[in-house]
Amino acid sequence: MTKDMQDESEIFRGTTTGTTKLRDAKSVRGTPKAGMPAFVLGEELADIADSDPRIVVATADLASANRTNDFRDRHPDRFVNFSIAEKNMITAAAGMASTGLIPYVATFASFAAILGAEAIRTDCAYPKMKVRIVGHHSGMSMGFYGSSHHALEDLGMLRCMADLTVVCATDANHLRGILRASVDHPFAMYIRLGRGRDPVVYNDVPKIEFGRALRVREGTDLTIITCGSQVRASLDAAETLAGEGISVRVIDMFTLDQMDTAEIKAAAMETDAILTVEEHNITGGLGTAVGEVLLDLPRNKFLKHGVPDNYVEVGPPAALYAKYRLDVDGVAAVAREFLKA
Amino acid sequence: MNIAEKNVSLSVLEGRAKFIRTETVRLSRIAGAGHYSSTFSCAELLASLYYEQMRIEPAQPDWEDRDRFVMSKGHAAIGLYPVLADLGYFDASELDTYTRLGSNYGDHPDMKKVRGLDFSSGSLGHGLSVGVGLALAGRMTKRDYRSYVLLGDGELSEGQIWEAANSAGHFGLQNLVAIVDRNGLSIDGHTEDVMSVEPLGDRFAAFGWDVQRIDGHDLAAIRAAFDSLKRGDHGKPQVIIADTIKGRGVARMEMSLDWHVGNLVGDDYDDVMAELEAGLKPYEPEAL
Repeated sequence: MTKDMQDESEIFRGTTTGTTKLRDAKSVRGTPKAGMPAFVLGEELADIADSDPRIVVATADLASANRTNDFRDRHPDRFVNFSIAEKNMITAAAGMASTGLIPYVATFASFAAILGAEAIRTDCAYPKMKVRIVGHHSGMSMGFYGSSHHALEDLGMLRCMADLTVVCATDANHLRGILRASVDHPFAMYIRLGRGRDPVVYNDVPKIEFGRALRVREGTDLTIITCGSQVRASLDAAETLAGEGISVRVIDMFTLDQMDTAEIKAAAMETDAILTVEEHNITGGLGTAVGEVLLDLPRNKFLKHGVPDNYVEVGPPAALYAKYRLDVDGVAAVAREFLKA
Repeated sequence: MNIAEKNVSLSVLEGRAKFIRTETVRLSRIAGAGHYSSTFSCAELLASLYYEQMRIEPAQPDWEDRDRFVMSKGHAAIGLYPVLADLGYFDASELDTYTRLGSNYGDHPDMKKVRGLDFSSGSLGHGLSVGVGLALAGRMTKRDYRSYVLLGDGELSEGQIWEAANSAGHFGLQNLVAIVDRNGLSIDGHTEDVMSVEPLGDRFAAFGWDVQRIDGHDLAAIRAAFDSLKRGDHGKPQVIIADTIKGRGVARMEMSLDWHVGNLVGDDYDDVMAELEAGLKPYEPEAL
């Protein structure tokens, strides 16, 4: 455990407001990394709303943490803060959507998806309301806040709901692309974000098509199928492995309920093994979803890597990623062991 | 359509309330089970809303300026479907498919299948939040429609109701009108034994609502309560607590715990239909 890992406290930075950023940054251990990506959720939605009067944004007392305050400042009449009442927020958003508005409601993924699951299914998905539920700080990115604030089950829970499109945003540009593509998507959506200040994978806004994965690195020996926070880690692990003569393809399978079966089949045919890497309980998430596709194919060398079916320990996020081998070294090590097995 | 144009007499509304009850009995027989008593308690409220109060245009079910209605107590949808058919949203013959495989009309209503239904329901405790969303949307889009939500009293135990009530008070959603069908019973007993909801008026008032309390089977009182509601979308949300009798209209069902879901067959069916056709008699609680 390095000191750097123990000092990891980006979660606090994520909850600072624009106007008090410097003061707050000084008030916590660690300082923002230079060039740390911005949390673009509110800004991007405000840009979209400039020319689309249907856009509404709501949050549950987290306007600073998720930067929906950037939207509020530009479109105050189309912003609602429901305070700490997530079920009411999600259901009310469905009511708004029934009139033709397109609400984006954002809160911590643990509360958006897990607390709000029934409202998502019954009020958004079932009646096909164009509500976009944004669950940020997903996985175990809340670190030492503990399991009450982690969302390591959200993909499994929501993936089996009909008429709900589940996607994971990888970084700021990816989120921009997803948000732009989401506006006229005919179904309810769950958009899973990490800490919202995630390391860069996409230098430009990628073209988003729901149901179509993004291949972010070519390779022939191994395919890593991953999403969200693990795309950057997997790409860096692939770079490490390249130095050892192992060629790794990396696929950002950001679209979780409409799996890109063609891309999975291509990986099965063109590379020797498939490893899924996810910041999610090993049960029910991305690995399970990929495995379901592989069931229809000839026998493949396949391994799921994620968080074991336990509640994770307390710790700063970086320390947790290291412990559960979801950092660069961990993913590289898992891949190495898998290929040797 | 506005109230003056409708110019509906109380006797017409009384007839429509009777129609809601007899149709509930008829459709329940198709299903082999029905929520008789929960529907009977709100028959006058439904008749008043749909035949007199609400600004609706059945030929244009998606009209953006229409008043909205959310049946939060979705299990009473069996009383709403006949009203929607009667008003012309769909052909009444469709009701004969009620609950049969592939029907658009199930025990709990689906807005994607029922023409004229403003929102799906069934999971109790959600409807007031839907109403909050509808009211907020009306304010945002500068439309002057009103959002009516019919709540059961049993579902007031759901926490989300009070999240919604609190937010409606905070946001001052005067364009939101809740009606509580205060029939006194939930499935397992009297609400005040199972989980108390009183003092109900005080509870809503504490959340910033304007409160009226009326006899929910008295059509004149219902009309007066609706007529006294304020217009506009800034102010206080408004609730009408309608004291009703669960199972009203069929003596054996009135305030009975045995008829939340039931099935009338044979002579019982005919007897109950005849009793309903004869009109409401004064309610006489059984002597203790």
